[in-house]
Amino acid sequence: MAALTKRSKVVSNKKMSFWEKIYLPAILGGMWITLGHLFTRKTTVRYPEVTREFSEIYRGKHVLKRDDEGRERCTACGLCAVACPAEAITMIAAERKPGEENLYREEKYASTYEINMLRCIFCGLCEEACPKEAIFLTKEIVKAGYERDTFVYGKDVLLEPLDPLKRIDVSKRQTPEVLEFKKDKNQRHNVQ
Amino acid sequence: MFKITIDNILIEVEEGTTILQAARMIGGKVVPPAMCYYTGLKGSGGKCRSCLVKVAKGSAKDPRPMPKLVASCSTPVQDGMVVENTTSAEVQEARKGVVEFLLINHPLDCPVCDQAGECDLQDLSYGFGMEETNTREPRREYPVVDIGPLIKLHMNRCIHCYRCVLAAEQLTKKRAHGMLYRGDTMEISTFIQTAIDNDFSGNMIDVCPVGALTDKTFRFKSRVWFLNPMNAHRECSKCSGKVTAWMFGNEIYRITGRKDQFGEVEEFICNECRFEKKDINDWVIDGPRKIKRQSVISSNHYEELKKGSIIHPIEGTTEPQE
Repeated sequence: MAALTKRSKVVSNKKMSFWEKIYLPAILGGMWITLGHLFTRKTTVRYPEVTREFSEIYRGKHVLKRDDEGRERCTACGLCAVACPAEAITMIAAERKPGEENLYREEKYASTYEINMLRCIFCGLCEEACPKEAIFLTKEIVKAGYERDTFVYGKDVLLEPLDPLKRIDVSKRQTPEVLEFKKDKNQRHNVQ
Repeated sequence: MFKITIDNILIEVEEGTTILQAARMIGGKVVPPAMCYYTGLKGSGGKCRSCLVKVAKGSAKDPRPMPKLVASCSTPVQDGMVVENTTSAEVQEARKGVVEFLLINHPLDCPVCDQAGECDLQDLSYGFGMEETNTREPRREYPVVDIGPLIKLHMNRCIHCYRCVLAAEQLTKKRAHGMLYRGDTMEISTFIQTAIDNDFSGNMIDVCPVGALTDKTFRFKSRVWFLNPMNAHRECSKCSGKVTAWMFGNEIYRITGRKDQFGEVEEFICNECRFEKKDINDWVIDGPRKIKRQSVISSNHYEELKKGSIIHPIEGTTEPQE
């Protein structure tokens, strides 16, 4: 019968010699390979003490940005939620009251803003849809957890801290065209 | 009956119809956009210039073309008239200019505006707007005003189409608001903020092509594309009671008139239906409204897919097995 593939081997039934019968050379050979692997470069890292290098545009946990004066940029326009293919984003809008101008950039803001991280697929379409440069994905990774409800991230987790030292730099995520556009201070969008 | 050709499509219409109405009878892409013309309002049209078309042949008797582009909403048809809308580059170019002028003072605050998603100006600027602006001057700004307890006026967004003034004049016995000042500084106002409390004043919101007049009871509640528009009706002593209920689950977020494909309401509804009846038990829900597939409102609204049937199986193949 013709062989079905070129790689088929004819199995021989030949008798093993004495050295083959005691198996010791084969065992020692295997242990030599194991020993050799002890001295090669490791494929794993000791996370969290050591972290791998992240891409500048890694898509991790979201951040709700504030502007330079610390006002929330999000106006709850809902474009991120409608762009989201996983329908992970929900929000409730509220109207800014007189005296809250230092908290919110525009007359409408998101009183609640929630992202279900179990649904999120980290595609980045929300940051692409955002007309206010309010939502960005960051290099921070979403931590594992034991309870499902801990994965619904609200504004308490997502909002950028007010502390100037803890602000999150997203300029690497913006295209050169956007950065060029932001220099034009005649645009209302760019006025701080 | 007059025979008229619009974008190479021949249609027979009655004497006295305007070019815009004739184009709407054909439907589809031929229809010029209209920001100020409203079929239900007498005297509307001729102000925004977004419905400009080219008349390549005046009539069968006088085949000379009209010297300038004409506003199709207020130009009656002539027998043998040849009109160019989408086929004329001149019209498209002129419309771009019109949109630029309409947007000169418009704040473009669509992320904040409640009209976003169902706004005529938004559609128009998507179709014809430029990405950049030529103007360096600051846009005019007005404070946000309450017109009565139910309507909010954002004068910044107004494009001076006069629809709301005409609606108030023609639907109610006594209008309490009008236009003040002239030109660029023109302003809709009630005299010393007189409350508008007519029964049909809420229709100003429906006729407004932009987000200048918005429903205060719906203000910032949700975005239109998160809601399901449903046909609903109830017994009403003042109006027909036929409305669109914008629902989220079993909650009614707002009530509007039933708008047709050109954004015009079929019947004006009263304020009681619009503002006061927000409970689902007040209404009989007839079923979902048909939404244009291109509209943002149709996003995330799933329809059952109908399976196509095979008409001509190719020779030598078998029909797919279930």
